[in-house]
Amino acid sequence: MAGNGSDPHQDKARRFRDAALPCLDDVYTLARYLLRDTADAEDAVQECYLRALRHFDTFRGPAIKPWLFAILRNVCRGEFARKSSGLNYIDQYVGGETDKDEDAVRPLWQEPQVSPETETLHQRDAQTIRRLVAELPEQFREAIVLREINDLPYRDIADVIGVPVGTVMSRLARARSMLRKAWIAEEGTST
Amino acid sequence: MTCTETEILLHALLDGELDAGHAREVEAHVENCPHCAAQMRAYRELQQAMAAGQLRLTAPASLRQRIEKAFPVAPQRASSRRSVLRGFVMGTALSTAMAASLFVAVFRTDQDQRVLGDIVSAHVRSLQADHLTDVQTSDQHTVKPWFNGKLDIAPPVVDLTAKGFTLLGGRLEYIDGQAVASIVYRRRKHVINLFVTQGAPIENHTAKLQTMQGYNIRRWTAQGLEFFAISDINGEELQEFVEKFDAALNPPKGA
Repeated sequence: MAGNGSDPHQDKARRFRDAALPCLDDVYTLARYLLRDTADAEDAVQECYLRALRHFDTFRGPAIKPWLFAILRNVCRGEFARKSSGLNYIDQYVGGETDKDEDAVRPLWQEPQVSPETETLHQRDAQTIRRLVAELPEQFREAIVLREINDLPYRDIADVIGVPVGTVMSRLARARSMLRKAWIAEEGTST
Repeated sequence: MTCTETEILLHALLDGELDAGHAREVEAHVENCPHCAAQMRAYRELQQAMAAGQLRLTAPASLRQRIEKAFPVAPQRASSRRSVLRGFVMGTALSTAMAASLFVAVFRTDQDQRVLGDIVSAHVRSLQADHLTDVQTSDQHTVKPWFNGKLDIAPPVVDLTAKGFTLLGGRLEYIDGQAVASIVYRRRKHVINLFVTQGAPIENHTAKLQTMQGYNIRRWTAQGLEFFAISDINGEELQEFVEKFDAALNPPKGA
């Protein structure tokens, strides 16, 4: 392995690493929101990076992040779609089984173990928002995550999802409207 | 503009994706429509709460290690014979440069934010105060010499009118307490300020998009200079500008 720096494979791997690794947190964030499961998200991100390295020759720029997101999205929709039972759950949930019990909703967003002492009000808020985002149907969830959390411009979101910019805009409008309704409902139940 | 149109477009406005003309129309409608004004407030509040919620996650260190291990390159850039040799040739120059870049890396984040803040302010000022250019001409051979004696760098000025970006002129700006050149371009009705500063990091890095106060900023380095292009045009067009500028700066060999 350790060897000659001019090896084209190593060179490609190094260029890929330098370009793609800084996006790891962003890719991981998107994976967590798309799959709503820590272990699946980690596996999907690893698969995404391996695939991206294999296809790095076909990357034409300019920005690597949307390209990685598009690959991740394919990984999530392919291999992990079966495993992710979340979508069925959402369908039931939206379909009228309006059990707003906290415990009934929680499995959608698995928070990594946080000790109760360090959990401030701010963090609890973040957790609530994450759960509310996680409860959105997939197409609205991915639009809002790409926009608000991964901070992508509409053009890039359109490229990642493969829809026109106008569709991105209407999905975002819809996503925010749903999120706001859920938010208000949440405040009603928790206080 | 109707309420139905506004209900969709106000999201684009909140996301900084509307051009100036549409933004004005949406704002005008919102001013006179309590319903849409309430929507605007509600979604702005939601957006701010999401931003404050720190919803971005950090990849676990174990995942980072797993991925790094999967690459055929050792993470610490195992020094090959060739690079050691190069190290000898470059000698102290290289180590000085490396030390400098480390130093830069450590102090970058804070300064970065300040510099970006200054860039946005300078851009906004240039639009508000009707002081877009100190030297107003579309002739690159007039703009370039104008900077002589005003700066200790000679900023490259290229005319991209034929490529869809009209050269308007140049201006002197102060960013982070330093005099810098601003070269002003126009794309349709959008102004692009291209700030050129000295003291760029050693390596050339490719343009990276950042968004601040709704403006898109692309920042890159070339020829030992640091460039910041800022505008309200979308990120893709700004990247197009960067590419055209770079291409004009480094014409293909043999041309």
